[in-house]
Amino acid sequence: MDLLVLLIPTFPLVAVLLNGLLGSRYSHDLAHRLAWGSVGLSFLCSIGVFTETIRTGVAREVVAYQWIFGGDLTVNLAFLIDPLTCIMLLVVTGVGFLIHLYSVGYMHGEEGFTRFFTYMNLFMVSMLLLVMGNNYLVLFIGWEGVGLCSYLLIGYYFDKVSAAKAATKAFVVNRIGDAGFLLAIFLVFVNFKTLDYTQVFAQASQLSTGMATAIALCLLVGAVGKSAQIPLYTWLPDAMEGPTPVSALIHAATMVTAGVYMIVRNHVIYDMAPVALSTVAWVGGLTALFAATIGLVQTDIKRVLAYSTVSQLGYMFLACGIGAYTAAVFHLMTHAFFKALLFLSAGSVIHALSGEQNIMKMGGLKAKIPWTHALFLVGTLAIAGIFPLAGFWSKDEIMAHAFVHGQYALYAMAAIGAFLTAFYMFRLTYLTFYGTSRLDPHTAEHVHESPPIMIWPLAVLAVLSVLGGFLGVPPEAGWFHHFLHPVVTAVGAGEEHGGGVGLVMTLMVVATAIALLGWGLAHYLYSIRTEAADNVAAKAPGVYTTLLNKYYVDECYDALIVEPVKRLGLVWDWFDRTVIDGVVVGVGRMTQSGSALSTRIEKYVIYGALNVVGYANHLAARSWRRLQTGQVHQYAAIIVAGLFILVHLILAWWTGTSGTGMAR
Amino acid sequence: MIPLSAYVAVSAVLFATGLIGVLIRRNFIIVLMSVEIMLNAANINLVAFSHYLESMAGQIVALFVIAIAAGEAAVGLAIIIVVFRGRLSTNVDELNLLKW
Amino acid sequence: MVLFFFVYFSLVSIVAGVLTIAFRNPVHCGLALLTLLLHVAGLFVLLNAEFLFAVQIIVYAGAILVLYLFVLMLLNLKTDQRYLHTRHAIILFATAGICGELLLLLLQSPFNGAKGDAPVIAVLKDGDSFVVGIKMFSDYLLPFEIVGVFLLGAIIGAIVLAKTPTAVDVETERE
Repeated sequence: MDLLVLLIPTFPLVAVLLNGLLGSRYSHDLAHRLAWGSVGLSFLCSIGVFTETIRTGVAREVVAYQWIFGGDLTVNLAFLIDPLTCIMLLVVTGVGFLIHLYSVGYMHGEEGFTRFFTYMNLFMVSMLLLVMGNNYLVLFIGWEGVGLCSYLLIGYYFDKVSAAKAATKAFVVNRIGDAGFLLAIFLVFVNFKTLDYTQVFAQASQLSTGMATAIALCLLVGAVGKSAQIPLYTWLPDAMEGPTPVSALIHAATMVTAGVYMIVRNHVIYDMAPVALSTVAWVGGLTALFAATIGLVQTDIKRVLAYSTVSQLGYMFLACGIGAYTAAVFHLMTHAFFKALLFLSAGSVIHALSGEQNIMKMGGLKAKIPWTHALFLVGTLAIAGIFPLAGFWSKDEIMAHAFVHGQYALYAMAAIGAFLTAFYMFRLTYLTFYGTSRLDPHTAEHVHESPPIMIWPLAVLAVLSVLGGFLGVPPEAGWFHHFLHPVVTAVGAGEEHGGGVGLVMTLMVVATAIALLGWGLAHYLYSIRTEAADNVAAKAPGVYTTLLNKYYVDECYDALIVEPVKRLGLVWDWFDRTVIDGVVVGVGRMTQSGSALSTRIEKYVIYGALNVVGYANHLAARSWRRLQTGQVHQYAAIIVAGLFILVHLILAWWTGTSGTGMAR
Repeated sequence: MIPLSAYVAVSAVLFATGLIGVLIRRNFIIVLMSVEIMLNAANINLVAFSHYLESMAGQIVALFVIAIAAGEAAVGLAIIIVVFRGRLSTNVDELNLLKW
Repeated sequence: MVLFFFVYFSLVSIVAGVLTIAFRNPVHCGLALLTLLLHVAGLFVLLNAEFLFAVQIIVYAGAILVLYLFVLMLLNLKTDQRYLHTRHAIILFATAGICGELLLLLLQSPFNGAKGDAPVIAVLKDGDSFVVGIKMFSDYLLPFEIVGVFLLGAIIGAIVLAKTPTAVDVETERE
């Protein structure tokens, strides 16, 4: 059992080492088999660990080895296996496995095929460390590791300027979050003298509210960076420059949910800091709404999905913020299924169209790529929250929780967000698969359905998107909730029950109605009266362009932060050139004039004296300089001669003064 | 029981041998080998004293000497290779760049 | 018995040492050095230093000497040069004479000193490796680490020195 746990991250690590170091020596076939095979084995091990956890029902810690021990700090490379970790393990390895399989088809024939799989496996290793670690430091290693892999994979097409820039942007923006996270780790260590979760959470109740709030807010900064929430979300849409499987795995299903995972993991601290908790909720709610509005008008298929990801992550944060941790993890899981499905089907569309990503140049693809269409439709239905698909259950639970606990403002935001989600997702579907074809004639000739190795993983994900929600049925009391119960229950908090059955049912109906409304509007605008959409846009040009330009947030950041920093640099440059250099030059001048005087003295008085001494030396040295022959042997011989003399003296002195005979 | 001075004597003879080797041989590699002999002589001394004075320090220093001999051999031989590449010779007499 | 082994090991070491510096062919010198190293290792055993014995054989005979032989083969030196000039003979005799005198002095010297904390019986009980290990990783931990860094530096230095000059290097050198 312990071995099983250790094996989970080991398999991908071995694959990384093999593919990374030797990958160029063998064929691509072997490389991708190693890659997906290792992840598959990890998945099997995860299932083993999962069943074991169900059976015993207790959290366990597995110490791989003692890593750092010095002074107050003792850190083990150790893994904590509890229900939350199990869920994350299954999601990461399961979805990861499917996406690896898909990549084999999608990346076929790309340059750097082996490199791609090496990075993907490295990502798996880091992500597994992130979710399995039993202390903050292991979490942090995983955290940085996934950030690094994200950078590497966004910049996979590094010869493309936009990709390289997007990679840098993602890395830099994530750094801001990481700084907050590091501060949080320092604060935890200062307060608890340990970094182990179990010990920290056991002592958490001794924390003052202020300190708990500080830690929680610092953690939130980290989570906001990694999970692309306001105000640090700008990197995620740009991250779509990476290959589509990367967008699916890293920027939808797993890495970006790390922030949510971290907040749930640290819910003990958050529960003690109501201010931080409501901050989380509002950040999440605002992001959910904000990103959804941007998603309404984007024309790049992957960018729409990216904004939808940001929006859905907002829901998870909202759930955390109102204390519905189970619902957050539940939505995390279902979102991983249907968003991976959507991204991969989008990848299939792009693949079919030989790289076209603009939905304005698609349309009418339903007949040409029926399988992709069907699968994409399933994903759309799931994310839109149509009963009874996975997205419905998880999203409804978050909204219901908000309503029942009296957070009506947050509920309203979530509801509007849900409406917008349904609308833009169906807009995407209609523009891509229905209506008249707007394809380039050249592209249209080559449209083809993707190979089976790309379709089958999609099919599995589609099944999960349909059925995954039933793990959490009935709401607040499903199997999922019982399983996660030991992890997410606040220490000392009583059991909280949702509203009555009637209220819950009403909310479900409302949620479905909202989703259907969004669908209906999209149907009306993009299927029945296709010219109406342009009319709407034309009637409110200001709003439309604002949305199209993503509220000018990137421009704002440029103007408010990037440019000032650059200008500050220029100011310092000027300061350096004029003020500091001026002082230096002034001092130099003074010295110069002073030294002119002393030169006179030196030239005639001191040099005169020195020359006499030097000449005397020169005369004396003439006879001796022959000693420096450059012959190593002669030098050595002279050294040895000196050594002999020394030893001789010592021995003579020794035997002479204390000659008491030999020892023993 | 062998007296300590016997070991010291062996060590001294070996040291002198190495020293003579350093002084008379012209082949740089053999000079290095002679240095190894000297280091070994020193090691014998260290270990012998460690044994007779009942302290582990001598053995540990001897271990360090071995480690340093390894480093010396590596760097020394690397230098030999560089010099040989430039001059096609390992004769010490020809290495007189340090001359006045 | 011990006496016999001592005489054997020390005599062979001395002879091998002399041969090391006397042979003309460097490869023969290397082989003589190997003999020397193995017999010195034997002396270590007589002194209850089994760990050092093992290290001597593994590191010296196994690694360092192989390095020497490797370089010898690599450079393929043919040394049939004379190395015993008459003026060297004078140095040789002088050195030998002084050495002999020093040896005499040495043998008369007292070798007293404070006893350490590792009596022979204790070492024999726990085993030499155990005692060395305990000492090495407690009192001598810092020197141990320093030696590690030193070796790293030596490795890097050796690599940098012995690196085959690339075309670019040659180009820059010409400039």
